[in-house]
Amino acid sequence: MTSPAVHIRGLRKTYVVSRQEAGARATVVDLVRRRMQEVRAVDGISFDLAPGEVVGFLGPNGAGKTTTLKMLSGLLHPTAGEVTVLGRVPWKREKAFLRQITLVMGQRNQLVWDIPASHSFELNRAIYRIPQEDYRRILGELTDLLELGPLLSKPVRNLSLGERMKCEIAAALLHRPSVVFLDEPTIGLDVTMQRRIRTFITEYNRRFGATVLLTSHYMADVEALCKRVVVIHHGWLLFDGDLSVLVQQFTQHKTIVVQLGDCDADLKAYGDVVSCSDGRATLRVPRSETAHITERLLADLPVIDLLIEDPPIEEVIERVFAQGNT
Amino acid sequence: MKGLAELYIQQFRTTLAMMLQYRASLLIWMIGHVLEPLVYLIVWSVVAGTGGGSVGDYAKRDFAAYFIVLMLVNHVTYTWIMYEFEYRIRHGSLSFALLRPVHPIHSDIADNVSSKVITLPFMVAVAGVLALVFRPALSPEPWAIGLFVPALLLAFLVRFLLEWTLAQAAFWTTRVSAINQTYFVLLLFLSGQIAPITLMPHPVRVLAQILPFRAMVGFPVELLLGRLTLSEALTGLGIQAAWVIIGLVLLRVAWRAGVRVYTAVGA
Repeated sequence: MTSPAVHIRGLRKTYVVSRQEAGARATVVDLVRRRMQEVRAVDGISFDLAPGEVVGFLGPNGAGKTTTLKMLSGLLHPTAGEVTVLGRVPWKREKAFLRQITLVMGQRNQLVWDIPASHSFELNRAIYRIPQEDYRRILGELTDLLELGPLLSKPVRNLSLGERMKCEIAAALLHRPSVVFLDEPTIGLDVTMQRRIRTFITEYNRRFGATVLLTSHYMADVEALCKRVVVIHHGWLLFDGDLSVLVQQFTQHKTIVVQLGDCDADLKAYGDVVSCSDGRATLRVPRSETAHITERLLADLPVIDLLIEDPPIEEVIERVFAQGNT
Repeated sequence: MKGLAELYIQQFRTTLAMMLQYRASLLIWMIGHVLEPLVYLIVWSVVAGTGGGSVGDYAKRDFAAYFIVLMLVNHVTYTWIMYEFEYRIRHGSLSFALLRPVHPIHSDIADNVSSKVITLPFMVAVAGVLALVFRPALSPEPWAIGLFVPALLLAFLVRFLLEWTLAQAAFWTTRVSAINQTYFVLLLFLSGQIAPITLMPHPVRVLAQILPFRAMVGFPVELLLGRLTLSEALTGLGIQAAWVIIGLVLLRVAWRAGVRVYTAVGA
């Protein structure tokens, strides 16, 4: 078995923050004695990523995703636990480590704001010491995949959010890192742009065999990109496995959509009727009885068409997070 | 080494492109650099005029020479890192610097030197005009001109290294502006920017001797004006070299400790 690209055991990060209460009295008390409070952002998580794997890292806001990504890329020193990325300890920030990874933060930008992105690219070429021929080839590939052509000569501040994100991603990948951490790379982008970036990530992974760990609030990203997902909540690991298993494990229902001639039939006997219009009815049924109920529907009613679906992934995730709260 | 040279060249191009984006603010910035020494020059000329032609051993035209040379030396050694660093830490852009396999000081040096190279012709032209107007008394010995070059280089390094170190206070406190203010007042008085240090009261002269400010600005100016003996000049260069070494050590220590703090509390 090959050694993992990313290895995490019992990872923990505790922040000490001052606790300030409202009110004049509390303010005076705070002046004299500041009350400190420990916040456990990441509380003992463990998982490995195999080389070349694309994994979705999910959790609600404040779950500890960004903190984890920063520990993996060497920006944060863990409070406890063990982390290695490509066999190296990230927080030591060795040059050989930094050359092989990248972190894209959807809400921050590294490009120089007032001038065209091509300047930032050239600067990264010098910083990562990318040989001139390699640089030209890689930039060519990235320009094709991300359709950067017309953007490269415009000042970054004049680009749209999506255009800027594409340039950010290109800048972060010029040195062709083998481990890529993406923190909400599609945040705030429209559907078309989201899809383009998803396609690009798939293509980058396929071409270069890079390991990708990706956080996103858009389930479409996760469904399209990641076979495996890791879910954390309140700093704990809730789930680690195939997305399809997550769906099975956390949903006791399936949805059956039946097309009938009209809505006259009494469908309550078959399951919860979510909606019915123009003869098209949506039923929610227990997962274990799906086959049985389908059979009955087909036998009893003049069914024109029938479709069995899992509930939308958003709904599943919501249920996973809700369970994490209890 | 070749890799670093490449980085410096690229940074030069980037800085040039950035400066050309903001030509108006660049001009205002340079005018500021001219006005301050010009004000002191005029004030001291007036004082010398009313005080029987000179103050101490500075006559009117000596003040002219002093402040015109000072303007150029100050321009060459000036840094803005103390404002910049606070912004980087508060807005988290330092994170990107930490992700890169190069110490961020290289980009800062390259950026500083680039903008100086770009603006120097303007400053030299201004100095030329001021020389025509104020007729400075400046006739340095050849050896003084020879030593002025390393003195200027060392002055830049002392100032850059110490200010880069001090800028890292932003790792520990969000009240950097108070530190900056104190520093700039000390610099103004003890570097010779407001008046030649030799005209200052005795305690100030002693303080200026102990602290690094004179090595940053005043020393090269006095050297070019021919106010130092050869042995004083060589001692001055030695002091500058010592401050460069101290600066390097302090910078390293502060950077390591600062990054530890930054990576402990979250970027």
